[in-house]
This record gives sequence, C-alpha cells and structure tokens, in this order.
Amino acid sequence: MERLIYLDNAATTPLHPLALEAMMPYLTGSFGNPSATYRLAKQANDAVVRSRKTVASILGARPTEIVFTGAGTESINTAIKGVAFQQEKARAGNHIVTSQIEHHAILHACQYLERFGFDVTYLPVDRYGLVDPDDVARAMTDQTMLVSIMTANNEVGTIEPIFEIAAAVRERASSLKKRIPFHTDAVQAPNSLQMNFAEHDIDMLSLAAHKFRGPKGVGVLYICRGVPFLAQQNGGGQERQRRAGTENVAGIVGAAESLRITQESLDADRTRIAGLARRLRDGILHAIPNSTLNGHSEQRLANNVSISFDGADARDLLADLDDAGIACSAGAACGATTIEPSHVLLAMGVPLERAISTLRLSIGHETTAAGVDAVLTALPTIVERSRAKRAPDSSATAAG
Amino acid sequence: MADRRMYLDHAATTPTDPRVVAAMLPYLTTAWGNPSSIYAEAREARKGLDAARRTVAEALGAKPNEIVFTSGGTEADNLALRGVAMAARQRRDRVAAGDRESAAGDGHHIITTAVEHHAVLHECEALAKEGFRITYLPVDNEGFVDLDALRAALDDRTILVSIMYANNEVGVIEPIAEITRIVKAHNPHIAIHTDAVQAAGALDLSVDALGIDMLSIAAHKISGPKGVGALYVRGRTPFTAQIVGGSQERNRRAGTENVAGAVGLATALRLATDEREARNAHVGALRDRLLDELPRRIPDTIITGPIDRARRLPNSASFAFQHVEGEAVLLQLDLDGIAASSGSACTTASLEPSHVLTAMHVPESYLRGSLRLTLGASNTMSDVEALLEKLPPAVARIRALQPMAGRSA
Ligand SMILES: Cc1ncc(COP(=O)(O)O)c(C=O)c1O
Ligand SMILES: Cc1ncc(COP(=O)(O)O)c(C=O)c1O
Repeated sequence: MERLIYLDNAATTPLHPLALEAMMPYLTGSFGNPSATYRLAKQANDAVVRSRKTVASILGARPTEIVFTGAGTESINTAIKGVAFQQEKARAGNHIVTSQIEHHAILHACQYLERFGFDVTYLPVDRYGLVDPDDVARAMTDQTMLVSIMTANNEVGTIEPIFEIAAAVRERASSLKKRIPFHTDAVQAPNSLQMNFAEHDIDMLSLAAHKFRGPKGVGVLYICRGVPFLAQQNGGGQERQRRAGTENVAGIVGAAESLRITQESLDADRTRIAGLARRLRDGILHAIPNSTLNGHSEQRLANNVSISFDGADARDLLADLDDAGIACSAGAACGATTIEPSHVLLAMGVPLERAISTLRLSIGHETTAAGVDAVLTALPTIVERSRAKRAPDSSATAAG
Repeated sequence: MADRRMYLDHAATTPTDPRVVAAMLPYLTTAWGNPSSIYAEAREARKGLDAARRTVAEALGAKPNEIVFTSGGTEADNLALRGVAMAARQRRDRVAAGDRESAAGDGHHIITTAVEHHAVLHECEALAKEGFRITYLPVDNEGFVDLDALRAALDDRTILVSIMYANNEVGVIEPIAEITRIVKAHNPHIAIHTDAVQAAGALDLSVDALGIDMLSIAAHKISGPKGVGALYVRGRTPFTAQIVGGSQERNRRAGTENVAGAVGLATALRLATDEREARNAHVGALRDRLLDELPRRIPDTIITGPIDRARRLPNSASFAFQHVEGEAVLLQLDLDGIAASSGSACTTASLEPSHVLTAMHVPESYLRGSLRLTLGASNTMSDVEALLEKLPPAVARIRALQPMAGRSA
C-alpha cells in the first residue's frame, strides 16, 4: 500500500512479524481444540499454557490470574460487569468510582450498569487530565464495590498516578473494612510502561493486543486471586470458568509474543519513540502559532502528541493530512467516522472550539525522523488553510 | 497435520483451509489499519470488513447490517440470549416506571431444549438466576425436540425460543422451519434464535426459509480461524448490546474489529457454501460406512441420534458401546494415531455423562461409552477402513480389562 507516514499508533499498530511467525503454526498445522484430549489438541493447549505464563510473568501475576478475551473492550466490560454483578449478589454495595476521561468501553459499561440500578461517580480531572488520588478515596463510600481508573489516556496521553491511586483505594477500603477491587484500563500502556502492575495493589487490568503490535481480536484480563467475579461469557469450562468459548489459539500466541517483544525492548524503544515525539511536538508548537499541547508535559505516554490549533477544524486537517499521506486522528478512532468534541478534552476544561481543532499524533516503532520532519513541513500550511476557511470573516471561497 | 494421524473430530474444530489463511494474510500484514479510522490503511481494513460482512450476509440470505461479528460461537449464543432478554427487561422496567408508550407486557420466559450446547444452557442458567423463567424442552430418543411440548410451553410471557439447528454430539438436525411456524403462529413477536454452529457449511442457512430472527455461527467449525464468529440479528428484533464501548458493529458489539478473523470467517463460509454438495457427498459416504459397519462389528453398540441418515449431519457418526468407558476408547485411538471425541470438546475433561445422551434416555449401561466420529475433507475411505479394523479389537480389549461396576447389575 502507498502509505508514507503512519502516526496513529494509539488506534492500532501493525502486527509484529515475529508475532505473526509465532501465530502461523496455529493457523495451519496445529489446529487442535485445546479442550480435547488427543495429541494434536495438546499441542494447541500447550501453546495457550505457554502464552499465559508469558503474559503472567510480564504482569507479575500468576498464570491462573490471566484470562484471554476477544478484545480490550471485552476485557473491560468483563471486569466491570463481572465484579459489579458478583458484588450485587453478595450485597457488597452498588457504587462504582471511575473518571470522566475513561475510554468509552468503561463509560458505556458503567452506563449499562446504571440502567440496572448501579450508582456511578465520574470523577473530574485537572487541566492536565490527572485524577487526584485523594478525590478517589473521598468518593468511596461503604457502598463502593469497584474503582476503575485508566492507566494512561488514549487521547491526550496523560499517565495517571496509578500506583498512588491503587494505594489510596486500598487504604480507604481497609478503613471501610471491605475489599474494594481496583481495575485499570491499561490498553495504552505497554508501549510506554513496564507492565508488572500486579505487584502494585492493582487487582484487575485490561489489555488489547493490537495496541502493542499483536493481532486484533484478542484481549487480556488480569484478575487477582480472590477478587469477586462473575463470568460474563458462559458455556464450556475454558479459562477456568471465567470466559467460555473455544480459545483463539493463534491470537493468544500472537498476543503473548508481541507483549514479550514490546516489553523486552521497552527501554530502548521508549527512549527513541519519546525522542521522536518530542521533536514532533516541539517542532509543531514552534512552527505553528496558537497551537497548544494537551495533557501533561512530562507525565505522558512516550508516543502521544496531542495538540490543538485554535481556529482550525480537525476534519479539514485530517483530510488534508490524508491527502499528504499522513495518517493520524482527531481523538479516539473508536467508531469515529463523525467528529464529536472529545469528552476527555471537555473534562479537562478545554473550550469546545479548541477541542474540535485537536489532532492526536501517535508515534510507533516504525516511525522515522524523516517521517516526523515531513509532518513538520506539511502541517503549517494545512493548519493555515483550515484557519482561513473557518475564519468567521472569510467567505467560503477564501483564497489559500 | 503431524505424521499420518487421522483426525476424526471435526465437530470440535477443523483445520484452517489454506485458501482461508491466504485470504486473511493481507489483513495481518499490509492492511492492518483500524477500520474505524478514516485514512488509507484504515480504508483498506474497512473494505475487507465490509466485504466480509456482505459475504456472510449473502450466505444467510440476510442484509449486511444484520450481521454482527463476535469472538466466537459462544459469544454469539450468549449475545443472542442476553441481548433479547435484557431488551425485554428494559421494556418491563419502562412499563413499571409508568411509560405506557412502551410495548406492554412483562415478558420473562425463554424456551430452549435440554440438548443445547453449554453456550446456550449455561447462559440460560445465568438468566434464570436473574429472574427469567426457562423451559427446557425434552427430546425423543433420537434427539428430536418434542414439538407438542413446545406448543404447550408457549405462553403470553414468552419472549424468546432458542433451539439448535444441529446437535454437536449426536448430529441430529432439528426441524427449525417447522418450529418457527409453530412459534410465530402463537405470537409473531417472539424472537427465535438458532445455534447453527454445527449446521453451518453442511446445511442451508437461509434465514428466511428457516424463519428465524437470530442465528449463530463460529468460523473454526467450518475450516476458518478460531476466535471469530457471527450472530445474525433480523432487522427489528428487540435487542440490547452487551459488550459496550465504541460504536462498532452498529452499536451492537463494541471493540476494535478482528478484521483478519472476519475475512477468514467470510471466506470459509463462502467456500463451504460453494462446495457444499461435494463436501457433503464426500463425508456422507464415509459416515454411512461407519454407521453401517460399527454396530455390526462391535457387539452391544448403538447409534446415537437419528437413524434416518437424511436427518443427521452428513459428517457425524455417533455411537455408544455398552459397558465401556468412552475415555479408554479415546486413549486407545490416540495411541493408534486417531483423534476422536466422546462428545463435546469443552466437557471432555469432566467425566459427567453427557447431558445430551441423558436427555435422549440412552440406557444407563451405554451412557459412559459414547464415541463421536466427525468427518472432514481430509478423511478418506481407507481411513475409515483402517478405523473399522482397529476399533473392534480395541473395544473388546477394554471390555476385557475393565469390567465396569454396573455390569453385574
Ligand atoms: C453447537 C455449538 N454451539 C456453540 C459452540 C461454541 O462455539 P465456540 O467454542 O467456538 O465458542 C459449539 C462448539 O463448541 C457448538 O458445537
Ligand atoms: C484506553 C483504551 N481503552 C480501551 C480501548 C478499546 O480496545 P479495543 O478497541 O481493542 O477493544 C482502547 C482502544 O480503542 C483504548 O485506547
């Protein structure tokens, strides 16, 4: 395909060739159903067992605490509903604490629960998109039975003080004399952070393989032993009764392999990616007047550059960038064929006008300095053109 | 497959057709974009996904926007049941809240059968705990659903009927078109779902001819990849999404789409539909040979499922041996390089007698001696002859070595 520069790695990433190589045997010869008893099936089952071990050791968890799912969204829905419905059964409360800047997978799962009488607190964030651990603790009551705060935001890249939040939840829960599980949507984290989260008071965590060069259609859910949980997909006894259905063996193998590769070379890759992100961000802010970085200037994902261009419209920018062979996004890709102002930016207090002028550029392992420089060359004119077109006093045919 | 092994467990899963893998590969290498994005890579992925949806719709005689891709057969089954059940619960809540505009009624009754796959049965059990009333229809000793019991079970609270198209353990094909006529004559608003996971490929899936509102399939049962399935949902069926988040699949199933998987499912389904006659003829001949010969060559053996071959899946031959532990037979076969099953793969680890055979009133002394042989394209008549040579002495040996407790009784 004729593609020059892909800067939407927060939406999805190309499958790593080694992950594909690891998957191929399970798409061809070793096709057995892991639940069956004969040798062919054992090969498939062994592959799932190995993959589970790999993922568990990266997360700092036990293999029995890892559940493979069909997507990041499924992991998140399973975590939220699985805890909520089990806690309801155990009469452990009906209140959930989350934040206003979560991905729609969390927000819509919470709304789903509200229809069933659950009560949800959506915590505000500061102008950098940071959740305050004290706010989390204060929002918790004796009715609270789950807290879910994302590790890092997909739109503006802000990394939350997740271990402090986890500790605050733990402490508040113990003063309330109950166990209140803490879940985190870590879907955006593996390219930027060491993922041994299970060692840090985090009870549940969701991942999506396609965000770290694994295949689409596979997610991971970590559920710490002892967390109250009711399976959300029922049928066969797969995944220790926590998620029924014939295992996506090739997908699981690809997920584990890509997570291993990404985490093993994290330090070097992160430095390089953050360097490119810095170059892109500084270059844009320097070259284009009235442009503003969104999110926190330091505490952010290595690969995320989110910038608003006052007076421009993101739809114009995306179309012109696409024509110039540059792929990026206005916010979240999820179902975004229309551009609505981002709930994340609005929660951070960004004015509506500015919110709809925002681009998210996310660097990947394949991004080069030349690619970044090409964006720096193309973008100023593109922004200028949109600003001219959208200026209140210019006619629709403004020369550009 | 590894050295000269004989795979006779195609109901558990199937080898992926190389043509299917070839169709998937571009979406694992070059066209890997997120279909929800708007630039070129994403458009390639979107095109692949849309084409896959059209292909699946075509095989079902449905509209593309009635197809929801899922992560497998289990998710499709769960989603069908819960999607309809939760829509009814919301309707009920709105009525309770005084909204008289909502369709009245306090529907909470679901009808299914005693021989469904656990993906249906266990979801029904979960719904039962949430206040839904479930009727499990009985079957006769060939596995056919009791239609009089269906007529009797339908009442004014019934919202959903879920009856499988073909059974995974004994290959019985249920008379779906007749079932839907009975249900719709009672009340056209009752949604009807069929689990077609085993029927796909072998049988006609035209949703209008069947008269159903929802239908589940899984790619890995028809030479496609694992981890992808689809649920057909007829246009106006009251239905509530369960996995929520992004607006993918027209708000009926959120999550970044498994594009390569969807393409794999569509390709597998198209090939299966195109080649159906030849495939059915091939496996049908092998199946018939097994059904003819095994009961003749092994004493105290019954065929489980329909005797009328036209009413069983063309690739399914299932048996029960008296006073034999089925697991011992499987172990022996595995040593001989033959992969087979005693029933459904997801329950082989548990040693419970099959709920399907129990519901069919298979005699107690046969219950633990089940063997399911399910055929596929790679099997040959000489495979079958080899099996017919090996199995009788194996069963005899096991019977001699393991006199079962129940035997004297
Ligand atoms: C009739 C039937 N329904 C549903 C399923 C579940 O499909 P999967 O395991 O692919 O989720 C199976 C296969 O195991 C089946 O045979
Ligand atoms: C933070 C975050 N959570 C959840 C998701 C959902 O993941 P998926 O679309 O793979 O199901 C995404 C990606 O879109 C994300 O960025």
